[in-house]
Amino acid sequence: MDFTLDKKYEMAQNLFREFAQNEVKPLAQEIDEQHRFPRETVEKMAKYGFLGIPVAKEDGGQGCDPLTYVMCVEELSKVCGTTGVIVSAHTSLCVDPIQTYGTPEQKAKYLPDLASGRKLGAFGLTEPGAGTDAQGQQTKAVLDGDEWVLNGSKCFITNGKEADVYIIIAVTGIVEKRGKKMKEISAFIVEKGTPGFSFGTKENKMGICGSSTYELIFTDCRIPKDNLLGQKGKGFGIAMHTLDGGRIGIAAQALGIAEGALETTINYVKERKQFGRSIAQFQNTQFQLADMATKVEAAKMLVYKAAMKKAEYQKDHKTSYSVEAAMAKLYAAEVAMEVTTKAVQLHGGYGYIKEYDVERMMRDAKITEIYEGTSEVQRMVISANILN
Amino acid sequence: MKIVVCIKQVPDTKGGVKFNPDGTLDRGAMLTIMNPDDKAGLEAALRLKDEYGAEVTVLTMGLPKATDVLQEAIAMGADKGVLVTDRVLGGADTWATSTTLAGALRKLDYDLIITGRQAIDGDTAQVGPQIAEHLGLPVISYAQEIKLEGDSIVVKRQYDDGYHMLKAKLPCLITALSELNEPRYMTPGGIFKAVETEITTLGRADLVDVDDSNIGLNGSPTKIAKASDKVKKGQGEMAPEDADPVAYIVGKLKDKHVI
Repeated sequence: MDFTLDKKYEMAQNLFREFAQNEVKPLAQEIDEQHRFPRETVEKMAKYGFLGIPVAKEDGGQGCDPLTYVMCVEELSKVCGTTGVIVSAHTSLCVDPIQTYGTPEQKAKYLPDLASGRKLGAFGLTEPGAGTDAQGQQTKAVLDGDEWVLNGSKCFITNGKEADVYIIIAVTGIVEKRGKKMKEISAFIVEKGTPGFSFGTKENKMGICGSSTYELIFTDCRIPKDNLLGQKGKGFGIAMHTLDGGRIGIAAQALGIAEGALETTINYVKERKQFGRSIAQFQNTQFQLADMATKVEAAKMLVYKAAMKKAEYQKDHKTSYSVEAAMAKLYAAEVAMEVTTKAVQLHGGYGYIKEYDVERMMRDAKITEIYEGTSEVQRMVISANILN
Repeated sequence: MKIVVCIKQVPDTKGGVKFNPDGTLDRGAMLTIMNPDDKAGLEAALRLKDEYGAEVTVLTMGLPKATDVLQEAIAMGADKGVLVTDRVLGGADTWATSTTLAGALRKLDYDLIITGRQAIDGDTAQVGPQIAEHLGLPVISYAQEIKLEGDSIVVKRQYDDGYHMLKAKLPCLITALSELNEPRYMTPGGIFKAVETEITTLGRADLVDVDDSNIGLNGSPTKIAKASDKVKKGQGEMAPEDADPVAYIVGKLKDKHVI
């Protein structure tokens, strides 16, 4: 086993780091305070191919792999959690399912625009009454001639109003499984601007405030029959598989936030003086930092491993990366929360002030324990696997 | 159109500077970057490629580690990389460097050669114009803007109190300023391509029309007497808060018999 990064990953890391420092960091505080979506950053990321990293060149992408994508989300999130999740939701939750389940026509129609960043993607599974419990879905899709008619709503949708292409999960009927009546769930591609598709409430969030989180509303929204993604009735599997990939993206976001908080804190404790010496010279500070750094490193190993398992899956669909993704997300998210909380503590009163980045990082970290499967759901996935 | 951009791997001035016993830079021991003026030259070449279509080759002389800047350039959009490396070429000053690069350029096809104005390690601004002299090409230095007009190049050249508009027939050589443009970033796909792209390596034997007396440390008329890093000044002394600062300093100067 070799823990040294190949040259291409080192170069990619340098690229993402430089971009994050020059283009993303200067806006992080402003977009957080103003709850403003950083459209200008998205355009720059599109220009440099950041929105199609793991997409094949023939589909308009960069032809790289999941690890490169993970490093991108990680480095962006080190300085701005909002920017990290924009890339993650777009890539993992919209581009990936089209790549995996799309027909050749759907791929040809959507992937070049999405992978080049001309269009942004989003994913709608969660509903007011259906989060972790996907069977609680209420949004319905009914086939009427050559069109599906969608009715219902989705909530907490990342890239909500800013996206152009949405993967929407909806109920298409009732089926009997092992003597029980179950909802038949399917996945669809819905474009912004389709009549009957509108936006509801913009969520006023604790963190990742620059991210556009909206309610999506479907009222007799008619989409072409061909916009069914994958087979009818396979939507639950598509959603779960999509979230497996999404979890690696969020794990990378969490890792980045934790690393950003750690780096910021290391710099701060060297400068901050109390009792005539820098607080870095106090053993409490040293031990706290040692614990933070060790956990961050462990999280990084899990996240990179999950990305590499996903790459294996892309070559051989018989493998699975579900457990690795769940472990990476569970651990990285909890490390992000712990490390950012300690970072605020080590900053003392200044850590509680919005001028200091760790205040934002701690708020941004919390969501990583919740979205794309809470930490509790990750524990369910992991334990189900080890008990099987 | 074929463009060759000469680029140099230079010490990152953010890192420490280290020297060999003979006073030359110990390049292997330092963090390195692509020289900023050269990067602007590369960006100018890539913009010409975007606008008119061109094949962009990047050329560097250095240790095998200099492959890093060639790969970076390819990841930004250059098509080919050529590394000139040989022990006998080491320790070259601007004369020996330009002779060597000209020897390599004689092997390559080009309509336009772009170099940076100067490198942040030597700051001589000599290598570009010297290459042009060796190859018998017109040279336009300090380029702020570059445009192609038929078989000629039109360059806005920065000058102390204004600028010159100069036109030269191709082939010619241009030296670029870092103010010329904002160089693009690499792309992830470009990086994956760069590490797969084979770098052409040239040694002493591959150089065309180059005499042994004009290469390496022995072929360098410049002799470095001494080189050192910036010597850190000692910590300053603060005047006590209750003292009159002017009287305090004057007292100190008198103590040291300065006044």
